[in-house]
Amino acid sequence: MIDYSSVLSKTVVDLKKSGIRKFFDLLNDESMKDVVGLTVGQPDFVTPWHIREAGIESLQKGKTYYSPNAGFTELQLEISRYLERRFSLRYKPSQTIVTVGGSEAIDLAIRAVIEAGDEVIIPTPSFVCYEPIVRMMGGVPVIVETKFEEKFKLTPKALKAAMTPRTKMLVLPFPNNPTGAILTKSELEELAALVRDTNIVILADEIYAEMTYGQNHTSIATLDGMWERTILVNGFSKAYAMTGWRLGFLAAPDPITEQMLKIHQYAIMCAPTTSQLAAVEALRNGDEDIQMMVEEYNRRRRYIYEGLKKIGIDSFEPEGAFYIFPDLRKFGLSSDEFCNRLLYEQRCAIVPGTAFGQGGEGFARISYAYSVKHITEALSRIEKFVKTLQQEA
Amino acid sequence: MDTILKLLEDNANLTHEQLAVMCKKEVGDIKKLIKQYEQDGIILGYKTMIDWDKTDREYVSALIEVKITPQRDRGFDRVAERIYSYPEVQSLYLMSGGYDLAVQIEGKTMKEVAYFVAQKLAPIEDVISTATHFVLRKYKDKGVIYGVVDVDERGNCN
Repeated sequence: MIDYSSVLSKTVVDLKKSGIRKFFDLLNDESMKDVVGLTVGQPDFVTPWHIREAGIESLQKGKTYYSPNAGFTELQLEISRYLERRFSLRYKPSQTIVTVGGSEAIDLAIRAVIEAGDEVIIPTPSFVCYEPIVRMMGGVPVIVETKFEEKFKLTPKALKAAMTPRTKMLVLPFPNNPTGAILTKSELEELAALVRDTNIVILADEIYAEMTYGQNHTSIATLDGMWERTILVNGFSKAYAMTGWRLGFLAAPDPITEQMLKIHQYAIMCAPTTSQLAAVEALRNGDEDIQMMVEEYNRRRRYIYEGLKKIGIDSFEPEGAFYIFPDLRKFGLSSDEFCNRLLYEQRCAIVPGTAFGQGGEGFARISYAYSVKHITEALSRIEKFVKTLQQEA
Repeated sequence: MDTILKLLEDNANLTHEQLAVMCKKEVGDIKKLIKQYEQDGIILGYKTMIDWDKTDREYVSALIEVKITPQRDRGFDRVAERIYSYPEVQSLYLMSGGYDLAVQIEGKTMKEVAYFVAQKLAPIEDVISTATHFVLRKYKDKGVIYGVVDVDERGNCN
């Protein structure tokens, strides 16, 4: 009989199960059908019809073959134009790689750069995948907690303290999931000054770049001396509500792209053809869709922020993505306790902040990618729960 | 385009307080604005979208193409006014193309609709001809898709 304990990779076995997964497993139970959740990390819009139609048309025309490894040339060209049009970023089409979601892009970026012993600075709370991928490469995650009091920004002081001669990569996940924090141009300038004369590579995860409120997103790659060291991750999931199409992309200088493409080629071959052809339509004719969705998110953002405030829950007013990360510390419960009790007592689900790494304790992620009606119902359940807690105190 | 109007067009249920927060305005200003829209006849009413096919109400609706002779000085307005005054008429449009007025009417039975056309609409002196098309099924109206219940199928994934 096979002894699984000896065949499985120790590195993988030692990886912790993601906290968010644990919470979602709870929610996926049949008994949770009546729960009003604000947990989902994806748009509630359906992919705009003209984009879906382009996908359907590609199937009708029998375009069911592989694309070139890096993606269809026309899509690479549109990505290059999009990055320039929306973010003043200059990449040749050949400096882009079309990936299976932003997730694959992150994986390629880390795998192409990190070797055993290399340190990777990861601000948290943040999306859950950076640390495990670094660990799988034998790298050393160096966690930098961002703070409510500092609007969950990565500060130059914190970055400086985390940098060592072994630092190989800095992950910049802004606009941030789960906090809704962004970094402004001047804040990015301060971080750039610290890495400018080093050999540090920046992994700029800008998947929420289109979702900023009040000011446009600035990519660190536009700053002096940063393009040459930045691996840019973006994609179609959030901006065009295309999560299920699994399509993202990378942009980086040639020497890095060349190596990432090798991994992509061996592991994935190419991103799905149907999705790529739909994405061409998205980039050519989808700017208005983005605007419509962002305006709607912005209204819900204000609604949920004020709604929580009225109940007596303070939050940092999110400036990007579609999450709010309220401060629950005054209730004297851990994030897990708060979220579990809210779930079981009021049938309302929000994700404990601890699922997003260090610095998440005392907070929870609430997604506002929901209708106003749904948000209103959830807020009223949270309010009832908060009243219960106040009576207990 | 005014955001408040667009939001209300999509969902007349939104309260003044909700609109104020979402549009970053004072509640008082929202109330004033809406009142002004109502006074100016920009907001004409608040109705509910109902899929009557899911109830036991019996009804039929029809679209009637009407050709008319325009009147001197009055054009089509006088005839239009006569037609839209009937409570059975749900909507009335002046059209370009092969006919002049598009009349949408609702009745309890086909017989009732036929009676309306024969006894009320066709006899109007300026009406030259009518062509009645019965609606077999309503798929979408005013941006709302009928017969589909909105279910959140998004998976909890990240």
